[in-house]
Amino acid sequence: MSDPIKEIDILWITAGLGCDGDTIAMTAATQPSIEDIVLGVIPGIPKVNFHNPVLARENGDEFMKFFHDAADGILDPFMLVIEGSIPNEKNKTEGFWAGFGVDKASGQPIKTCDWIDRLAPKAWAVVAAGTCATYGGIHAMEGNPTGCMGLSDYLGEQWKSKAGLPIVNIPGCPVQPDNFMEVLLYLLRQAAGEAPMIPLDAALRPTWLFSETVHEGCDRGGYYEQGDFTQEYGAKPCIVKLGCWGPVVQCNVGKRGWMAGIGGCPNVGGICIGCTMPGFPDKFMSFMDQPPGSMLSSQAIQTYGRAIRALRAFTQASVNKEPPGRRPATT
Amino acid sequence: MKEKTEAPFSEKIVEMSWDPVTRIVGSLGIHTKIDFEKRRVVECYSTSSIFRGYSVFMRGKDPRDAHLITSRICGICGDNHATCGVYAQNMAFGVRPPRLAEWIINLGEAAEYMFDHNIFQDNLVGVDFCEQLVRETNPGLFATAEKTEAPHAAAHGFRTIADIMRALNPFTGAFYLEALQMSRLTREMFCLMEGRHAHPSTLYPGGVGTVPSVQVFNEYLVRLLRYIDFLKRCVPLHDDLFDFFYEALPGYEEVGRRRVMLGCMGSFQNPDVCDFRYETMRDWGRAMYVTPGIVIDGKLITTDLVDINLGMRILLGSSFYDDWQADEKFVTHDPLGNEIDQRHPWNQTTNPKPQKRDFAKNYTWVMSPRWFEKKSGDHLALDTGGGPLARFWVTALAGSVDIGYVKATGQSVKINLPKTANHGETEFEWKIPKWSNTLERDRARSYFQAYAAASALYFVEQALKDVYAGRTKVWSQFKVPEEAIGCGFHEAVRGMLSHHLVIRNKRIANYHPYPPTPWNASPRDSLGTPGPYEDAVTNSPIFEENGPDKFKGIDIMRTVRSFDPCLPCGVHMYVGNGKVIQTRHSPMFGAQVK
Repeated sequence: MSDPIKEIDILWITAGLGCDGDTIAMTAATQPSIEDIVLGVIPGIPKVNFHNPVLARENGDEFMKFFHDAADGILDPFMLVIEGSIPNEKNKTEGFWAGFGVDKASGQPIKTCDWIDRLAPKAWAVVAAGTCATYGGIHAMEGNPTGCMGLSDYLGEQWKSKAGLPIVNIPGCPVQPDNFMEVLLYLLRQAAGEAPMIPLDAALRPTWLFSETVHEGCDRGGYYEQGDFTQEYGAKPCIVKLGCWGPVVQCNVGKRGWMAGIGGCPNVGGICIGCTMPGFPDKFMSFMDQPPGSMLSSQAIQTYGRAIRALRAFTQASVNKEPPGRRPATT
Repeated sequence: MKEKTEAPFSEKIVEMSWDPVTRIVGSLGIHTKIDFEKRRVVECYSTSSIFRGYSVFMRGKDPRDAHLITSRICGICGDNHATCGVYAQNMAFGVRPPRLAEWIINLGEAAEYMFDHNIFQDNLVGVDFCEQLVRETNPGLFATAEKTEAPHAAAHGFRTIADIMRALNPFTGAFYLEALQMSRLTREMFCLMEGRHAHPSTLYPGGVGTVPSVQVFNEYLVRLLRYIDFLKRCVPLHDDLFDFFYEALPGYEEVGRRRVMLGCMGSFQNPDVCDFRYETMRDWGRAMYVTPGIVIDGKLITTDLVDINLGMRILLGSSFYDDWQADEKFVTHDPLGNEIDQRHPWNQTTNPKPQKRDFAKNYTWVMSPRWFEKKSGDHLALDTGGGPLARFWVTALAGSVDIGYVKATGQSVKINLPKTANHGETEFEWKIPKWSNTLERDRARSYFQAYAAASALYFVEQALKDVYAGRTKVWSQFKVPEEAIGCGFHEAVRGMLSHHLVIRNKRIANYHPYPPTPWNASPRDSLGTPGPYEDAVTNSPIFEENGPDKFKGIDIMRTVRSFDPCLPCGVHMYVGNGKVIQTRHSPMFGAQVK
């Protein structure tokens, strides 16, 4: 491991094919919040200089200077955050799908891909924020004109930073706010020499956030176990038959909620459309049809579930009555 | 109408560009020529450098998925797209959601306005008015601010205007930090109704998946009251700040001023009237709790959503696309028998053509939506006033909204807020301003937060009435028809939003969303008319004290940001970074990196 880092710049490029939703999500986080990081109130992390176009004080060339300096090796060390999917700039004869800043010599936008080529080799770590940047996401949907892809498709899954870190993927459409900030905090601790190499799975996701399925943390799981499925939105039972992919999707939002424990997906009545997954969106469409893989399991659970529900109703009726003897003395 | 003409040569005309413009959502470049002798902007180009292609990849998909896909157009107001998509789906599928579902959507969207206007106003726009930037651009003005007492100090707690400016410094100012925190509270309210921000999980054609309960509305209400308490300081604070600019910099009303040409597509459905049928759209449009309409030169020329729809025209002229004039015509007539133009979104075909950026020819991925005014025969470059200005102007003139907490009077809108923890009952009155300019766009944004909060109080009451009465159904069954058309109209946070949908063989044959930013950020169209950013910046006076060598362009940045740019919206078709192509003999200061 390299020497502990005392000060680091975070260079955030939102100019992939995205919606800036991951940047906006980042501003919703409270565990920690962006101001906790920027104001340095968390112990054991380097001083952070944060450069994100949505929150930057600087404009235009003044803002771009940080990125040019990093490419020129003047600004070091830095962490690179990429938001949005990476277009294929080679599928056309001229022009650009995505650009960021202006090339002074040609007067043309500098392609986002060129920025990745310039900055990734010099970065201490590279983070892909949101499903567009991790795996391609919605903009890589079948029939798209841009040929776009995830960052690890572009750089290669085996890619390592100069400090030996793989690409760190934090999927979600958008990323769950605290999931993002928590990973950022982990990496800052690692940079400071306070934490070991970040544990990632085969799809380069932090293991402690993405190893469980939505279903394993879903508060409608009890309904599933009892074979209680609704055919109607807005009802309380399990919504697998409405199109929920929770049983196979790796995501903690059902359990963690969206922010401050509030909101989410199946836990609050929204079908899981698999937005954290590499197969999103094509493998989950049409979203509002029951997932083919859930036909058998939801059928099989019916017999067991109904029997269990009946037995539980019996016991429940019993425990809804107080034990005998709880009344005023009759003397 | 302005022609695509060259600016007259002057030694003092300097090319200046900001690319990217930061503190907005998405990719935007502003390229200008400035006459430093006359202290005026003489030319302006607005450009964006990202293309994603929604209208292309949505073809052939299941129309039920449309709202879940189009939400991803925007990462800050994606829910506005999801909502508008659901409205279009409801029309196409012929389904009317239960009443309670509409209250839930109205509450979610109200929370979105509260959140988004709040974070944009005080964490993005506010920085342009903060101590650090005012000192860098107008040190003389800051000295005056130090000596100027804030008229509403008792309400907001900041004694001088300079104190307000200090409170807006990024990451250290007290009000900046408080606003950031409030933007989380309002997003929690949003998530109670729509599940997740910014891409909701619980909106569907036919209604919502949100499970209605006494608890969910109470959790919303207690947060709403905390936010209203905050607003009673926030609105007077901004009034003081903006009024100070008028007083301390005489002539500032000309900054970002353009002809009053405002469009609003209406917001907050009235579920007792709205059945989502095109045939009755005129009536349910007028029953919305923010009235749709178009204001030209201060006159309300229509409040009819059918008129607004029929007048939409999408022009090219400076955008990276091939024309669709000869392509398929999907819709020849609307359900009322009115003819639909080939340049209407229902008939648009998006044919992207990536190319070099050339300010003399094509320079952006944004197209040019215009509104065809029958009477004059003009294709008007309507703007949204950043959203709130148009919503207020139309609603005030129409005078039809009256829900107690909000009342439109014909020349103003009165907003009544109940007692909260630290403040008594408060009335705010938004009055029609003299100008459509930078400061009035910004001021309306503060007042509209109060409008949204007051409306939400009404919606919570209505929703609880339904829950108490046991009317808890929030979704209606529907079938996807073999063939259908639909349209949805809504107000995205930053202004008018429409979705146009054509279904054939139960699949999407054509889908075109028109968000506020294409209206505002559009380039010069085929008739030579510049887009609203370009128009508002051109001829705008410069008050910044710096000369060309240290120029920050603060007045231009304030103008552009007053429209609340949100380029992912513009760019679902395209946006590009720009650089001035025409060469001048004047020195190129704008190009240097500091």
